[in-house]
Amino acid sequence: MTDPVLAVHDLSVAFGALKAVDRVSLDLRPGEIHALIGPNGAGKSTLIGLIAGGLRPASGRITFLGRDITRRDTAARARMGLARSFQVSSVAPDFTVLQNVTLAVEGAQGRAYGFFMPALSDRSLTDRAAQHIARVGLLNRVAVPAGDLAHGERRRLEVAMALAQHPKAFLLDEPMAGLGPDGAREFTQILDELRHEAPILLVEHDMDAVFRLADRISVLVYGRVVASGGVAEIRANPEVQRAYLGDETLP
Amino acid sequence: MIREGLLNTLLMLGLLAVPLIAQAMGEPFVITLATKVAILALAGVGLNVALGLGGMVSLGHAAFFGIGGYAMGILAAPVQAYEPLMTWPIEVPGTKSMPVIWAAAMAAGALAALAIGALSLRTAGVYFIMITLAFGQMLFYFAISWPAYGGEDGLSIYVRNGFPGLNTLDPIQFFALAFGLLALALLFAHLLARSRFGLALQGARQNPARVAALGIRPYTLRLTAFVISGAITALAGALFADLNRFVSPAMLSWQTSGEIMVFVILGGVGRLFGPVAGAALFILLEHWLGGVSDYWKLFLGLILLAIVLFARGGMIGALAGRQVAHD
Ligand SMILES: Nc1ncnc2c1ncn2[C@@H]1O[C@H](COP(=O)(O)OP(=O)(O)O)[C@@H](O)[C@H]1O
Ligand SMILES: [Mg+2]
Repeated sequence: MTDPVLAVHDLSVAFGALKAVDRVSLDLRPGEIHALIGPNGAGKSTLIGLIAGGLRPASGRITFLGRDITRRDTAARARMGLARSFQVSSVAPDFTVLQNVTLAVEGAQGRAYGFFMPALSDRSLTDRAAQHIARVGLLNRVAVPAGDLAHGERRRLEVAMALAQHPKAFLLDEPMAGLGPDGAREFTQILDELRHEAPILLVEHDMDAVFRLADRISVLVYGRVVASGGVAEIRANPEVQRAYLGDETLP
Repeated sequence: MIREGLLNTLLMLGLLAVPLIAQAMGEPFVITLATKVAILALAGVGLNVALGLGGMVSLGHAAFFGIGGYAMGILAAPVQAYEPLMTWPIEVPGTKSMPVIWAAAMAAGALAALAIGALSLRTAGVYFIMITLAFGQMLFYFAISWPAYGGEDGLSIYVRNGFPGLNTLDPIQFFALAFGLLALALLFAHLLARSRFGLALQGARQNPARVAALGIRPYTLRLTAFVISGAITALAGALFADLNRFVSPAMLSWQTSGEIMVFVILGGVGRLFGPVAGAALFILLEHWLGGVSDYWKLFLGLILLAIVLFARGGMIGALAGRQVAHD
């Protein structure tokens, strides 16, 4: 078996008495989409935050590309190649689509301190940004402020920004939330192509998409991984059906 | 609505024309007023780098303005007393050279901004406002209680400092210096806003978590901008002290911080030429309303309130409309 790109070992964090993430271990292997599912409040976003670096774990370890990154800050992890999207769209709202993605290209190049290097008239930056914008189908919206985009367009913009980082792993927190059935179908297509760039740790509620995309699924309930395995295995797992999927019949 | 570029040009031409006309009509006082506008606008351009581009609401910029003023006083005072600036470990003379004084003022302002920023930028929002205010007040009380340079009474420099090739005692020539530095600072701020650094800094103002997730540290961006901002405002302080040939703790007071912020808000936060419009309006109001009523600051307060409530882009915003994305 190949080494995982990303692995968390025994990761825990608590908010007061609430153990939001409780001794979680999981990994992300090259080329795969590993879906993370679980009811609201299970700790999925918290786990993404711990891995991306916005939150400090109380205990446990995170390794990425074979290195221990537990003590590194968000920016350092991003520069190593960890790209994330947020559950609530997170872009610079006053910036245009082009400015947002140019900023991402700049971050990936690690050269944000050019005081006299023009950003938006530098074709080496903007051409690259335009390529990523084209891949998510937003080329006709480059000059629109991100705050004026429709919800689905903003979701695509976030993917373009993540692509611009040339990541070694994607952490995507409910990228399809609120997209509607058509939007979700298109977005599933985008994610399916994204896996060729880098493996994806995907938090998602849309079960159709999860079962279509995922190579593996882990189920988080009350901060704990209650099941982890292949798609068929998880669909058949009685504990998962009880704890997470309730009485609903699976598709 | 007129184009912002045209508006800015008119503004600068106006600031240039007024003292020239005053010169022709033999009105040196008006030239001094215009010089004051240019210098205060420069202080505002400094604050605008932190506030407009970086979103740092600093209520302590009087610290840098005053440090610039004292840099001038401390360097020039020994010369008029026929004493060296210091004798240990080596003897260093004072100076009456403006370029040297400006460089020293900017270095001191940058250093102070580095120290104050490094601590203050660990907080955000209202805490940041309070802590920058507190640092400003600390320096204010320090200046009052420090007897070597006049303490509460301040420090007079009897002859204005010199600039190679110019007679700085001639009001119009001193105006030209202040105006030239303002124009340079505006050019610098313009390039900064469009640079890679400017893009990252403005991104961090809107969404720091996103910028960090792109691999750029918001704290470092802000601290860098704060240092640049402090250096520019300190330069303005050195000029202001030279304009008045006097420096006192009043330059360090929280009222001064408030006034610098008022220039920026009046003109339009984040608008490149906002501080020019703001400082000009402020000085005009002070001059006219100040003559009519002792309570002119009450009127100023009402105007400010109206701007904050109804014209979020300040004067520039009201005249030129919503800010368009660059390029
Ligand atoms: N910053 C925080 N402070 C306190 N409690 C939090 C915080 N963030 C999340 N929680 C709590 O932690 C639990 C897990 O939240 P979250 O990770 O957002 O769940 P999920 O993404 O699986 O819906 C929830 O009970 C939530 O209320
Ligand atoms: Mg969540």
